Amino acid sequence: MSKPLVATASLAGCFGCHMSLLDIDERILKLVELVDIGKSPVTDIKTFTQQYAVGIIEGGCCNSENVHNLQEFRKNCDILISLGECAIMGGLPAMRNGIPIEECLNEAYLEGPTVHLNTEKIFPNDDELPMLLDRVYPAHEIVKIDYFLPGCPPRADLIWDALVALLTGKELELPYEVVKYD
Amino acid sequence: MERVKFQIDNKDCEALYGQMLVDAARDNGVYIPTLCNMQDVKPCGSCRVCTVKVNGRYATACTTPVACGMEIESDTEEIHEIRKALIELIFAEGNHYCPTCEMSGNCELQALGYRFGMMVSRFPYQFPQREINTDCQHLIIDYNRCIRCKRCIRTIKDKKGKSYFAFINRGDKLEVTMDKEMAKTMPLKVAELAMENCPVGAILLKETAYRVPIGERRFDKKCIGSEIEETDVKVFMGELNNE
Ligand code: SF4
Ligand code: SF4
Ligand code: FES
Repeated sequence: MSKPLVATASLAGCFGCHMSLLDIDERILKLVELVDIGKSPVTDIKTFTQQYAVGIIEGGCCNSENVHNLQEFRKNCDILISLGECAIMGGLPAMRNGIPIEECLNEAYLEGPTVHLNTEKIFPNDDELPMLLDRVYPAHEIVKIDYFLPGCPPRADLIWDALVALLTGKELELPYEVVKYD
Repeated sequence: MERVKFQIDNKDCEALYGQMLVDAARDNGVYIPTLCNMQDVKPCGSCRVCTVKVNGRYATACTTPVACGMEIESDTEEIHEIRKALIELIFAEGNHYCPTCEMSGNCELQALGYRFGMMVSRFPYQFPQREINTDCQHLIIDYNRCIRCKRCIRTIKDKKGKSYFAFINRGDKLEVTMDKEMAKTMPLKVAELAMENCPVGAILLKETAYRVPIGERRFDKKCIGSEIEETDVKVFMGELNNE
């Protein structure tokens, strides 16, 4: 029987959650026995070519590409997991929520203390660049999410235990220390 | 003092007549979760996290005095659900970016989130636009995290008994503020107590931060309430979703 396929994505996140996934250490060998990792920044596979069992989402949605990506994941994965605070509630990127976009752009490209080279005072505006959204959205405000694994980043043990439980149908029983919001 | 008999979740208990239910429960080894309440401080009943059923009717355990023969439901699925929803509401109402918060690990709101197995708030996050007040020489008040529990107002007073803190505005505009003159002269000791008494990361000392390392903070390994009653908080698969 072929192994279940797992996809991962980093949307408006910092890749810390992916790093934490690698923090499962030698259990990564067991992980590749348990699943095939398909579309993911880890494998650099960029497209879905078949239905996946599990999609793991790091980060919320801050631009049009994030939204598109997330919707693709929903379409192509049986189970979607929000991994980490950014996917769950927007996280650090969402600290811009409530501040008008114009003010954010001005700060980033015109008036910020580290802006020195933008003498022509231009905002990046290439067709290739995704559009910024009015605010950062938690993943579950864009598509249905099945499970939530909090943490910044989520503890490796949480990721591991939850994944194993999900994939093997075994019962999950996590100790108190493993679920944290920081 | 007259002692009265009552029951919590069918457990026979005894307490002093007129004791508030949270205190009466604590004396009998039963933990009723609280957030706005502080031991030995006049209760104000603002957060509702201590909701129980007294003889079949909802009541806040921090403001309800115990009486003879009361039958209290606390550790039931229904009450658990109500409390969890209240906690999720508080998270969605403010800006609780725990990863950036100095109080993380020592915060009572967060600790309740852990205890109740909150993985995500079921309510839409509001992302309100809130300011930070730096009037005081020793403190900042970060309105992003204030839960308006009134603990600062109720407990932080000068020698004459005048509060350093006060509420202004009404409804969803309600805010804690400091008397500007008093803020300027607040002694460091008082400022430290203010930070300690705030259950969340809304009152913070200036010029110092993150003094306790991760792993040694108040709720890193111990669940809130475990000092009153042994609990074995575990998370199960079903709790990782928000249904
Ligand atoms: S006050 Fe508590 S719940 Fe809010 S951000 Fe800080 S640690 Fe998290
Ligand atoms: S500042 Fe802290 S103690 Fe005062 S009302 Fe807000 S949360 Fe409560
Ligand atoms: S603890 Fe009773 S209402 Fe807040």
